[in-house]
Amino acid sequence: MLKQVEGSRAVAEAIALCRPEVICAYPISPQTHIVEALGEMVKRGVLAPCEFINVESEFAAMSVAIGASAAGARAYTATASQGLLFMAEAVFNASGLGLPVVMTVANRAIGAPINIWNDHTDAMSQRDCGWIQLFAETNQEALDLHIQAFRLGEELSLPVMVCMDGFILTHAYERVDMPTQAQVDAYLPPYTPRQSLDPSEPVSIGAMVGPEAFMEVRYLAHVKQMRALELIPGWAEEFRQAFGRDSGGLLHSYRSEDAELIVVALGSVLGTIKDSVDAMRERGIRIGVLGITCFRPWPHDAVRAALAQAKQVVVLEKSLAVGLGGIVSTNVRTSYTGDARAVRTVIAGLGGRPITRTALESAFTQALEGSLEALSFLDLDRSVVERALAREREVRRSGPIAENILRDLGVVGARIR
Amino acid sequence: MSYQPVKFYQTGTFTVGNRLLPPDVRSVQSTQRRTNSLNSGHRACQGCGEALGARYAMDAAMEATDRQLIAANATGCLEVFSTPYPETSWQIPWIHSVFGNTAAVATGIAAALKVKGRSEVRVVAQGGDGGTTDIGFGCLSGMFERNDDVLFICYDNEAYMNTGVQRSSATPGAARTATTMAVGEAPGNVFGQGKNVPAIAMAHEIPYVATATVAELHDLEAKVKTAMGIRGARYIHILVPCPLGWGHASQDTIRIARLAKETGLFPVFEAAYGEVTSVSRIRRRQPVEAYLRPQKRFAHLFGDPPNSAVIAQLQALADRNIRRYGLLEPQEAA
Amino acid sequence: MFQIRIHGRGGQGVVTAAETLSIAAFLENRFAQAFPSFGSERTGAPVVAFCRIDEREIRLREPVLKPDALIIQDPTLLHQVDVFSGLAPDGYILINTTRSFDALGVGEFVRGFHATHLCTVPASELARKHVGRPVPNAALLGGFAAVSGRVSIDAVAEALRQKFSGAIAEGNVTAAREAYEHVRQEIKEASHAKAG
Repeated sequence: MLKQVEGSRAVAEAIALCRPEVICAYPISPQTHIVEALGEMVKRGVLAPCEFINVESEFAAMSVAIGASAAGARAYTATASQGLLFMAEAVFNASGLGLPVVMTVANRAIGAPINIWNDHTDAMSQRDCGWIQLFAETNQEALDLHIQAFRLGEELSLPVMVCMDGFILTHAYERVDMPTQAQVDAYLPPYTPRQSLDPSEPVSIGAMVGPEAFMEVRYLAHVKQMRALELIPGWAEEFRQAFGRDSGGLLHSYRSEDAELIVVALGSVLGTIKDSVDAMRERGIRIGVLGITCFRPWPHDAVRAALAQAKQVVVLEKSLAVGLGGIVSTNVRTSYTGDARAVRTVIAGLGGRPITRTALESAFTQALEGSLEALSFLDLDRSVVERALAREREVRRSGPIAENILRDLGVVGARIR
Repeated sequence: MSYQPVKFYQTGTFTVGNRLLPPDVRSVQSTQRRTNSLNSGHRACQGCGEALGARYAMDAAMEATDRQLIAANATGCLEVFSTPYPETSWQIPWIHSVFGNTAAVATGIAAALKVKGRSEVRVVAQGGDGGTTDIGFGCLSGMFERNDDVLFICYDNEAYMNTGVQRSSATPGAARTATTMAVGEAPGNVFGQGKNVPAIAMAHEIPYVATATVAELHDLEAKVKTAMGIRGARYIHILVPCPLGWGHASQDTIRIARLAKETGLFPVFEAAYGEVTSVSRIRRRQPVEAYLRPQKRFAHLFGDPPNSAVIAQLQALADRNIRRYGLLEPQEAA
Repeated sequence: MFQIRIHGRGGQGVVTAAETLSIAAFLENRFAQAFPSFGSERTGAPVVAFCRIDEREIRLREPVLKPDALIIQDPTLLHQVDVFSGLAPDGYILINTTRSFDALGVGEFVRGFHATHLCTVPASELARKHVGRPVPNAALLGGFAAVSGRVSIDAVAEALRQKFSGAIAEGNVTAAREAYEHVRQEIKEASHAKAG
């Protein structure tokens, strides 16, 4: 059924269709609307049987999900930003124990300076935590990915993180096609755990493992992720047949068949990039797009094939590996068969900085002209940076950087949470 | 609390011999029905108070729930000594997640059981003092505040023993640990205000809070059974001496635990909804010195000359406990 | 694609207005996208929300930098925030006020604009009258339907009923319909003036 709703609401309704049994909620912007909507559905009895638990921290949210999943329940939570970092120990634990928790990450920057707006630093900080990480381009895909995530996670006994851009998607009203309960029930079988805490068959979960077997346990985790690479395309196809939409899969190529330059990105910015690409195509420029839907496991072979013909690659990413440059681009380089120097990194949209078509098209044009640096920062205000550096050269006690910059810009600091 | 305390005066330790009791009041541990929830063959040190406490507590909980029990365990000695890969001593469904989240994991298990309509299966969370009073404190308080259907048992050996005897918020003043060295002007742990987690648990107004020691195992079993007869958040704080960390002889674990109670340093009581409902009175009052002297962690107090000021400070804490909880028999107090 | 930017203050229902407008467009089988300026602004602070309407799927995620229409929910923002940024001379401006563009001090700026694209509506007064609170968003959407013709007043009314319930919904619908008539009258007068 077509609906015009907020992204968070759409995701919440889709999750409810997946019949979660335990939902843990701790407020952090911009994911709050999702758990609020779910909490209301549980309280009204629309979503039943389900336990909705207001926990005291994100660390507890993931921990309650771990306990619930280990006891055989379908468990869900959502977080963002600082919350994801605060639960990080339990995030690794959930994947280490092989518990198929599904979590929405409403992507948001990480402080300091504290910032509530969108970028991918939070999800990228957990890229090696052993979870499957899927990135949604639209609200439709966000809700579809959640349905796929429960099935994928439960089949593999692996937790799945569905990443959707905070505010840009979570708070956007747009058209979605909401599946029916019957459709979801047909696609997503009930959860049959591989391991479960049950007095009739006592097991110990989470035993200490020493050097004699730890490598093997970790290797098996890797094998499971590789298995996901095999399953995801087929299940996305099955999803397409059942729901009539292309959602999920490992990646999506757009107008890239004959492209000399392929732009690689994750999440909602792909939409803006596609508009730029259409405009540049009209001017005869051979440019295309590669959207990465599944970031972990890294779809090495699929990316390699998708980029095989490209002479140049621009990786546009909303996260910065400080002291290195790009995170996504580092992954892309391992899968690009051409000269690694042809892969350029554009860091964009940090802390919610708008990514505009004008800026994108300028960067892509530079790339085609060969003047785009290996690492660049979209719409970076050099004068602000220069002033900060000059201040630090001049005085030892130069003060807090963020506050100085805000003073330079002459704006009042945004209020938070 | 229907439990009738068993009083025997034996020579020496007051240890109650089951053979002196009629079969129906003997401990769970002495019966054929005991489940060996924490089975023999684990890797705990000789004389480990925590292993003893856990064995009694879990078997009593199994008995009380007709063997419908799931346990969540914090990181720590108990977890490490019971599950060295590929072995496990646990004969009950058991999970270890991380150090600080045990109460929350237990909440999740309880929620799953509730949603699946398996309310007969009960949940116990357990951890050491570090996993309870320090790193696990946030999740513990959250579980209490929501009144989740979980019994949390803290096995308190007053320091981080698993990592080599470092101070926790349960370490008493003056005690030597690896991070509160017995050197300088005030050797050993500083005297803080203390972190009285049983009192904090009571402040959450949860249905049941109790303290116990491994010196009175009938009492410990009875409290676990009482707790399992109640729904909602429950807390039992068990003092479990650690021969390694406390520096006492392995065979003295029970004696030291008894002295902690008999000096008044560790009050043994029960509380319901924030009110103390019963106390285990001191049977033969001892000065704190009797408790402190056999433990190497307090050895620096008994040099030449002894540090009488600090000993007096510890005695004052014991006296305060005796007053606060009414630990003496009325005639003795008078 | 038609792009609308709504300026107002926290508490005036700016974001709700954008969302409601997107629902109205959706109800008329168009694609629409509404999103806030992603702040966490408190009551009284300047707030911006955006709405795009198109015949095909909208992929663009940048803020509305070149609006086709501006809705100004609070005229005190006119000289505080660069509300007109990116607006082309054929754009639409709808201001919540009882005063004229000249009296608001923006007469000079809008000199080259189409007279029939410039409207004012006493939205706060209409809201106070019909809803009991001076929340001008619903009335402005009625005015927007009239000045732009991009959504029908009936779709606006239906969208308001989806977004609100009971007496509040009906009050908002009445305010929107009255604003719609008010603006239509204004446009009629403006085109007569032009013709004359």
